Amino acid sequence: MSRRRASYEGVAVAVPVTVPYVRYSTKSAHWFIGQALEALVRESGVPKAQIDGLCLSSFSLAPDTAVGVTQHLGLSPRWLDHIPTGGASGVMALRRAARAVQAGDADIVACVGADTNHVDSFRQTLGSFSSFARDATYPYGSGGPNSIFAFITANYMRRYGATREDFGRIAVAQRCNALKNPNALFKKRLTLDDYLSAKPISDPIHLFDCVMPCAGAEAFLVMSEERARGLGLAHVLIRAGIERHNAYADDPVMVRGGWRIDRDDLYAQADVKPADIDFVQTYDDYPVIVMMQFEDLGFCEKGEGPEFVRRHTLTCDGVFPNNTSGGQLSCGQAGAAAGFLGMTETIRQLTDLAGARTVPDAQLGLVAGFGMVTYDRCLCTGAMILGRSADKRPGKPPPDTALIPSGAEQHATANEGLR
Amino acid sequence: MTDTNQLLAGLVNAMASGHIRVVDLTQTLTPEFPQIALPPEMGQCWPFRIEEVSKYDERGPGWYWNNFSCGEHTGTHFDAPIHWISGRDLPNNSVDTIPVQHFVAAACVIDCSAQVKADPDYLMTLADIEAFEVAHGRIPSGAWVLMRTDWSQRLDPQAYQNFDETGQHTPGPSAEAVRFLVEQRDVLGFGSEAIGTDAGQGYHLRPPYPCHYYMHGAGRYGLQCLSNLDQLPATGAVLICPPLKIQKGSGSPLRVLALVGGRA
Amino acid sequence: MTMPLMKPPRKNPVLRTRQMNLPPWARSRVALGITAAAAEGRLELQVCDDCGATQYPPREACHRCLSPRLTWREQTGEGELLARTTLHHSNDLFFRERLPWRLGLVQLSAGPTLMVHLHGEVGEAPTRIKVGARLDRAGQAVLIGFPDKGSAHMADDKMLREMTSDPKFRKVLVTDGKTEVGQAIVRALVQAGADIVWVGHAEPWKKFGAGLDDISSLPQVTLVPLDLTNGRSVSELAGEIGGKVDIVINNAEVHRTFGIVARRGTDVAKAEMDINYFGLLRLAQEFGPALRARSADGAIGATAWVNLLSIYALSNFPPHGTFSASKAAAHSLSQCLRAEMRPAGIRVVNVFPGPIDDEWNQHMPPPKLLPSTLAAAIVKALRDGVEDAYPGDVAQEWLERWRDNPKVLERELAAGAS
Repeated sequence: MSRRRASYEGVAVAVPVTVPYVRYSTKSAHWFIGQALEALVRESGVPKAQIDGLCLSSFSLAPDTAVGVTQHLGLSPRWLDHIPTGGASGVMALRRAARAVQAGDADIVACVGADTNHVDSFRQTLGSFSSFARDATYPYGSGGPNSIFAFITANYMRRYGATREDFGRIAVAQRCNALKNPNALFKKRLTLDDYLSAKPISDPIHLFDCVMPCAGAEAFLVMSEERARGLGLAHVLIRAGIERHNAYADDPVMVRGGWRIDRDDLYAQADVKPADIDFVQTYDDYPVIVMMQFEDLGFCEKGEGPEFVRRHTLTCDGVFPNNTSGGQLSCGQAGAAAGFLGMTETIRQLTDLAGARTVPDAQLGLVAGFGMVTYDRCLCTGAMILGRSADKRPGKPPPDTALIPSGAEQHATANEGLR
Repeated sequence: MTDTNQLLAGLVNAMASGHIRVVDLTQTLTPEFPQIALPPEMGQCWPFRIEEVSKYDERGPGWYWNNFSCGEHTGTHFDAPIHWISGRDLPNNSVDTIPVQHFVAAACVIDCSAQVKADPDYLMTLADIEAFEVAHGRIPSGAWVLMRTDWSQRLDPQAYQNFDETGQHTPGPSAEAVRFLVEQRDVLGFGSEAIGTDAGQGYHLRPPYPCHYYMHGAGRYGLQCLSNLDQLPATGAVLICPPLKIQKGSGSPLRVLALVGGRA
Repeated sequence: MTMPLMKPPRKNPVLRTRQMNLPPWARSRVALGITAAAAEGRLELQVCDDCGATQYPPREACHRCLSPRLTWREQTGEGELLARTTLHHSNDLFFRERLPWRLGLVQLSAGPTLMVHLHGEVGEAPTRIKVGARLDRAGQAVLIGFPDKGSAHMADDKMLREMTSDPKFRKVLVTDGKTEVGQAIVRALVQAGADIVWVGHAEPWKKFGAGLDDISSLPQVTLVPLDLTNGRSVSELAGEIGGKVDIVINNAEVHRTFGIVARRGTDVAKAEMDINYFGLLRLAQEFGPALRARSADGAIGATAWVNLLSIYALSNFPPHGTFSASKAAAHSLSQCLRAEMRPAGIRVVNVFPGPIDDEWNQHMPPPKLLPSTLAAAIVKALRDGVEDAYPGDVAQEWLERWRDNPKVLERELAAGAS
């Protein structure tokens, strides 16, 4: 019989920061981390010296880890974590930072996901991504996880009758959301026709099933509720959190994700049901995984994903808002920052900073994380439920972030995403 | 003595003016030139092989040179008495101990080319020697006897070796002819255009390889793979043929030159 | 159905020749166990000695019970195709140049899930499938999904041809046509559909029977002078035909039957070394560059270098001691050649026969390898993409003994075993 888990009460999550994405940058990851920290400091009013915890996720920091960053940026934290877990790192960062704050090991933790993207970054990263990828997938030529997810998608389609149109609905709805997000790199409307007629990458994966790698950063601060109030910061509360790694290892091909194992615990922690969730930020490396998250996070049964998508509008103003920022499929995947994208968007939604994307009367948001394809599936899964704080103080609107190069959309090619 | 000095000076002048010409009787040493082929159970004579050390390149920027390898009996070569079992115990029988006087000597050329054209296994007979002496006088003692066969004009190595299932078919002297040259004429040695002084089928004569057996057994010498014998007079040519001074050497490749009179 | 390979048209000489971009070649040390088995044509995976679980990808501890006792065992490769995809885009240059390319996800009956290259005759998922391991152009093992029953032309599959060195339509140099083995190799190549077979021969004045004349009458055959002891002979032939040769088969050898004491002097041993070892060196220096430059030259490009070694290369056979040593030297050098050819994607194939049924093995008791059997094994190694072949019962047995304990084999051979 397992011990009852401690709740996350008393912890506040605040100051959602996005360092605007660019397709390619000559800057190093350190620059984007620096920009994220500078924004956290500026918008929170907290002096840098008072940030005494740092949790970092980045693929392009080598040969540095979070350790090198402390000296590089002049931090002196008493709690430090480097989590190389890609798309799950936002959830995992928050879970760890929250416990540090609860235990008093740190007072104010900066959580940052950041990556640069050079013209040849992607290929270099892949070659040394993981031992199993090097031995058992990279030699097969996909040059990334596209073919793995093609297998997963094809198998899922065959088994549960999902069609390309079903996946297209997800992509199209997310693009609608992105059009209201000044930070999104994709600015053009996407129709279902566009989606279906796009060029094949590794069938059934086509162009608009793939994310576009880019450079950028996402970040937030974690502190006690008391401290947040004292600083006058709008913030959200953590109602629940789960993570699981290498789940269902005996499934010959991925049809379900680790969230499924612990989802009852997730809702039990928050004492809510799936129907109580007002919006979800799923991890959208590929639409099939979004669909699996709908199932494995309890919004429908396994295999009902296609039907669910056909019957629910997924836009910000729809019945089941999903990836209200547009998700990485429409914003771009700034490496590990994609694992934080759902978190910063959720904080904005629940502190009234989402502008035209606001989900009306949203109280609870669910953020899912998914990442690290080392061989034939992603190994890391996680999810958190965040809720509004009792405070009615509205959040500070973000500074002008219209720094996105206009030609970004033209550079969209079928480059595979990192997990 | 002034007479000899005048002789020598005269020789040098005559060579400079072309009154005395030098004829090269030597085959060029190339890797393609065939070497003696013995049965595979026996030790073999190395063919001529050559490999660049450098050629004005990164291995030696300012110079060109080669390393080569071959046997003592490769290409145009000299046989010393120690080469044959019948000469093994004679004094001064290796290339380094042969009296150097012997390396400059008169040569008689016996033309058997017509007979050889008809029969590659032709053996030079006593009758051939007698006919020569009738035409050109007695073969002097201490002279080379060279058997002209025009065999050197066979440029295709296969034709030069002339093997079939019964072995090699090249011309040479008969056993009697050799004995006569050694015992009755006291020749210095025997020279051939073919790959051996003995005929290709010499193993089947009695004794086997009579030229080697008798010549070397009597402390005389051999020359093989000669060429241009058709440019020599029947008598009067002077052969210059010093082999390399190899310690206890049985022979060596060498440059064989003939001094002949008159313009070409 | 696989489209049968058609003889390609002549090359346009003014166009740049496509060069080789290798597929990804990095592998962890433990994954090289698959490569080692694939080099001999086998699919092997690690199986836990304690709980029996089959492991894939290769690893250092059992994924089920953590035991470090994982033994490589041959697999049948039987399984089920779970899903397939066709690659239409790749960032990897090798694949980018060869799109579209089929891939599959297979569950082996033995348990693990594998990503495989898919043969064109494998249908849609779900379907039964058979997985094998082959060496790709980088010389590393990859898994291939084969159809349960292949058609007559299945070897012509575009993907499979990148893993093999089929002599069909290719131009081959056989370095010594004067031996029975050489003649058998030439016949086997002609039968396998080779376009041209250049047959080397040295010392043309020495004839060993009518064998060379017989094969020279075959329309594909051209006799060429080639003396591996003569550097110039090698460089001149390379200058003449090197740019057209797709496969080199170096079968030239000198084989005598002496150890150390039985024959005084080094001349016999030198003659063996001069052909068996230095001959390989000369040949590799002269023919290597042209072969490397044409390794990606269209559907029929340069592809392989075959060395006729000997099982005696692994452990010296004292009655043929100097011959064994020369073959050991050649073996070592061929490993160097393999490393130097790898960046171009040229496969170096080493063949280690036991005693061949020829005059130099007259005293060896049977079983002895017929020249035609050896020739067939060489062609098969080329077709199957195998890198190390040990044809014949004696070779197979010696290999087993050598792998089991080389020191024990050394003693057995010293005691006069054969």
